Amino acid sequence: MLQAGEWAYSETLKEHFMNPKNILQGENTDDFDGVGMEGNLQCGDQMMVVIKVDKEKDTITDCQWKTYGCASAIASTSVLSEMVKGRTLDDAFHISPKEVALELGGLPDHKIHCSVLGDKALRAAINNYYTRNGQEEKVKQEQARVICQCMNITDHDIEDAVLEGARTYFELQERTKCGTVCGQCKDETEVLLEKFKHIHFGA
Amino acid sequence: MADMKVYFDHNATTPLHPEVKKEMIAAMEMFGNPSSMHAYGREARANVEDARRKVADFIGAQENEIIFVGSGSEANNTVLSLFVCSSSQCIPGYRRSTIITTKIEHPCVLETSECLAHQGARVKYLNVDRYGKIDLDQLAGMLGDDVGLVSVMMANNEIGTLQDIEAITKMVHACGAFMHTDAVQAVGKVPVDVRKLGVDFLTISAHKIYGPKGIGALFVKHGTPYCPLIRGGHQERGRRAGTENTLGILGMGTAVEMRRIEMPEEEERLLFLKQHLKKGIEESIDDISVNGHPTDGLASTLNVSFTGVEGEAILLYLDLEGIAVSTGSACASGSLDPSHVLLATGVDAELAHGSIRFSMGRETSMQEVDYLLNVLPPIIKRIRNMSTAYIKGGLHAASR
Repeated sequence: MLQAGEWAYSETLKEHFMNPKNILQGENTDDFDGVGMEGNLQCGDQMMVVIKVDKEKDTITDCQWKTYGCASAIASTSVLSEMVKGRTLDDAFHISPKEVALELGGLPDHKIHCSVLGDKALRAAINNYYTRNGQEEKVKQEQARVICQCMNITDHDIEDAVLEGARTYFELQERTKCGTVCGQCKDETEVLLEKFKHIHFGA
Repeated sequence: MADMKVYFDHNATTPLHPEVKKEMIAAMEMFGNPSSMHAYGREARANVEDARRKVADFIGAQENEIIFVGSGSEANNTVLSLFVCSSSQCIPGYRRSTIITTKIEHPCVLETSECLAHQGARVKYLNVDRYGKIDLDQLAGMLGDDVGLVSVMMANNEIGTLQDIEAITKMVHACGAFMHTDAVQAVGKVPVDVRKLGVDFLTISAHKIYGPKGIGALFVKHGTPYCPLIRGGHQERGRRAGTENTLGILGMGTAVEMRRIEMPEEEERLLFLKQHLKKGIEESIDDISVNGHPTDGLASTLNVSFTGVEGEAILLYLDLEGIAVSTGSACASGSLDPSHVLLATGVDAELAHGSIRFSMGRETSMQEVDYLLNVLPPIIKRIRNMSTAYIKGGLHAASR
């Protein structure tokens, strides 16, 4: 009755959900060099990511996590924690939710917002490492600005979508899902859409 | 990997009763239009009317008070829509435009109410207490000569809480309004007698009681104002256009008949299983809370919140073990909000996200409950082990 093909998620996601990698055991985070926490329990998802860093090479040697979240949140953070090992802090900082979703073999549309907390918490952990090690100058604020809070869509995502062919608000929504929940960001999104169309295509 | 396939989601839908299946298969060749005068039509007509008699008998109604419809949702839409129709031909002289309902209704009532509000109706929503019971004093305060309809569900689909429809109806009638109850989760699980309840409208669905999907019934008390939602045919005495779903109606008739036979002995057995399940969960898992009324609820329904655990994760881990349940978590619904029912009972949003509904049925066995009790605690432990809600200094720590 419950065949693998009928599972709403990809096989990779299912595997990471069934056997999540790198879960932080216990509560002690003292052994880690950076700790990041995002989200909250009232909204139904919260994420903590902790990292160990090779201080010579500035690379991540270990990444563990804990979450209060659904299958997508569990699987996407499991994948992310594998992806970042061995990467430089700078490289890891720029992993996008898109890359994580790709690695997972895709996510159902309504699950994308569940998966974005992992990389947010990772960036918080990296910034936390910089702060602890007297490298405040390296702390990067989120360079992209979140426009759609519900789906966590940034101005960068909107720019990418325009570059990939979105020309109308509807097409933008098709690609990014921005404004598909509460819709409050519509005006701001439309201004950005016109701006990026003008910058890139002189439209 | 799953040893057993166990279905704990009977409030969502039920499997066909073997008798229903048998009758429906036997009737597969029956294709006549009940409106036709020839032998084919007469055969179909006889089956439709036989089913109508069974449904009417089951709830203490007369046959001409039963309208077959496509679903419980259609029945509810039909009733609510009656009260904003401005045509004097529909409800002569009826001009009471306030509708009262509750915050824990099924979305087909809540969303229709919202839509009616845009069309000029005034809609008021009754609060419920922590067990899901409506506040009769609040109802008394809302009732007035502007109120046309009060719609209160008899048994809640998520937490199983039963309302005192008889008492509510008396209050509603005293102010001259009409009373509707969505009894989709009640009929076939607890005794329902429309005369005793006194209601003007009552909604039934077949697939919640081992009948087929796509068929329901609306009871409309004789003499009550009515106008059809679906027009353009004389079927159902002009009250619901569209050629009758003959197979569905036949299946519903048999389903109701089987309920009449099986229901009386079932409640005690289900109540025992529910107590066993509840006790088993309480004894094996810390930090849980049971939602719904402790005594005045469906014997089949147990709704539990697990602190620090997101419901969709529980649902899917149970699914991998062959166990089907449902959750009030936002993640499973596709929206960002958790169960409106649990929030209305004052349950904290976090606990609503972590809620699981176990709903049992006629085939649920002690062995199945024990299997669930065997599988569930390690799953909760496993998810809690990876949960931020249990970290010292985490956002949740302050409240624990």
